[in-house]
Amino acid sequence: MSKPSEQELRDPARLDLNHVSAGYNGKDAISNLSLQIPHGSQAAIVGPNGAGKSTLFKVLVGLLPVSKGTIQIHCKPIGQHRDCVAYVPQREEVDWKFPVTVRDVIAMGRFAHTGFLKRSTLQDRLVVDDCLKKMNLIELAETPVGDLSGGQQQRVFLARALAQEPHILLMDEPFTAVDASTTDATLALLNDLRKDKVTVLVSTHDLNLAAEHFDLVVLLNKKLIAFGPAKQALTPKTLKAAFGQRLVSMKGAFLVDDCCPPDEEHHHQEVPHA
Amino acid sequence: MLDWLINPLTYAFMQRALVAGLLVGVLCSVIGCYVVLRSMAFLGDALAHAILPGVAIAYLLDGNLMLGALIAAVVVALGIGQISKRGTIREDSAIGILFTAALALGVALISTIRTYAVDLSHILFGNILGISTNDLLLTAGTTLAVLAVVVILYKPFLVVSFDPILAATLRWPGELIRNVLLLLLALTVVVSMQTVGVGLVAAMLVTPPATAYLLTRRLPAMMALSALFGALSAILGLYISYYANIVSGPAIVLTATGFFLIAYLFSPRKGILLKRSKVG
Repeated sequence: MSKPSEQELRDPARLDLNHVSAGYNGKDAISNLSLQIPHGSQAAIVGPNGAGKSTLFKVLVGLLPVSKGTIQIHCKPIGQHRDCVAYVPQREEVDWKFPVTVRDVIAMGRFAHTGFLKRSTLQDRLVVDDCLKKMNLIELAETPVGDLSGGQQQRVFLARALAQEPHILLMDEPFTAVDASTTDATLALLNDLRKDKVTVLVSTHDLNLAAEHFDLVVLLNKKLIAFGPAKQALTPKTLKAAFGQRLVSMKGAFLVDDCCPPDEEHHHQEVPHA
Repeated sequence: MLDWLINPLTYAFMQRALVAGLLVGVLCSVIGCYVVLRSMAFLGDALAHAILPGVAIAYLLDGNLMLGALIAAVVVALGIGQISKRGTIREDSAIGILFTAALALGVALISTIRTYAVDLSHILFGNILGISTNDLLLTAGTTLAVLAVVVILYKPFLVVSFDPILAATLRWPGELIRNVLLLLLALTVVVSMQTVGVGLVAAMLVTPPATAYLLTRRLPAMMALSALFGALSAILGLYISYYANIVSGPAIVLTATGFFLIAYLFSPRKGILLKRSKVG
């Protein structure tokens, strides 16, 4: 298992997981997970279906308690930060029939700053306008979110995450089931976030995309298989350990026969060994 | 025409009924927006029936009927939450079990009261024409209080309804916010008991908001329009009840249903007739 460079370890880590286990009904979906994501770096979380990627996110946003271990953000236990973590949900997690417009959804991103009861300020409205512009949604601002295309819907939630001005941004499968222009918009946003030193965690099925666009790769299969820069974390050996038979190597590129969202029971044809 | 409008108002009981109907119509329609958007229609109906044993016990103990009803509604609401929380029984089954049990217990208790036939029908279908000034004041106070909470907690209610994960990332107490919403629903149901009765409260909680949903694209507009439909249904329903000699609760509910059908057919965005004509 490779480690981040010494320089990165000297900085206080933005996100610190120490021997974290969590799961449902007493069964751990992730166990004994320890890793440090340094200040401002961008990490891809990859692993087969059921590897615990979504569980990890649920723990980080506070939906699921840890059964063992600790999580710290800026060296403080998770839960003490109100405006720190932003989460971009998967499309199926959102109720698209809810009567809210694009602007309404993005304005929710400001709730972390204005608080529970107060009305939004002029500053909040300026930030919302700015995020609408950045994600190219100005003309759709007053449209109900249910009337948008899939790619536009994802851009709305990216804009909301921007409006939260988070220190840590979590995205669950933002590259799954979206068109190429949405993927590009998402990657461009990630690039922008580097300037603001936002720490980013993204789960994805796409190994090549993870290797190409992210500083660090977390290879997960219930336990931590490997963690580090893609070159060190994604080796034939570690990939085999994570994906087993589902891994296919073609002309130096890795493919994973694992395209479906976790809840669906699809059966793929077994790929014979070459 | 003016005579037609003014004539019923010469009776004090009609004046009180109109004010009560207006209040309850607005209250149910506003809280009902969350009932519709959060798919709690079954829960709302269940809560309404669950207040029956509370009313019966309060009656037998010579206590305050509304207080008894409120206690029963809160107990059943929290009970449903507890049973379904463990995950072994689905929420709709938990609701089905508890609300029929509460209903049965209520009817059993009321049947021990000698004059039960009259009282039971009042509880089930309302007795808006018999509402007293005291009841009216209580209804007004509750309506104002519940609406104030809905306005003050607009943001938390919006977030837990639309995106519970955002509530979690903001570290807002999601469970507490949901319980407050449930408590407001229980209060609404109890106050509505005398106006439309427990059998028909669900209609006032669901029909006006669903009508408004067909016509708007934002939650504040949906609430305002829903309140308007609720109020109109109450007033128009009462006039129809007065002139056609129909029981008032059902008249109010059927008027609300009429508004829904019109919106369902002719809504510019979601109506089935106009949509079809666009395609064709």
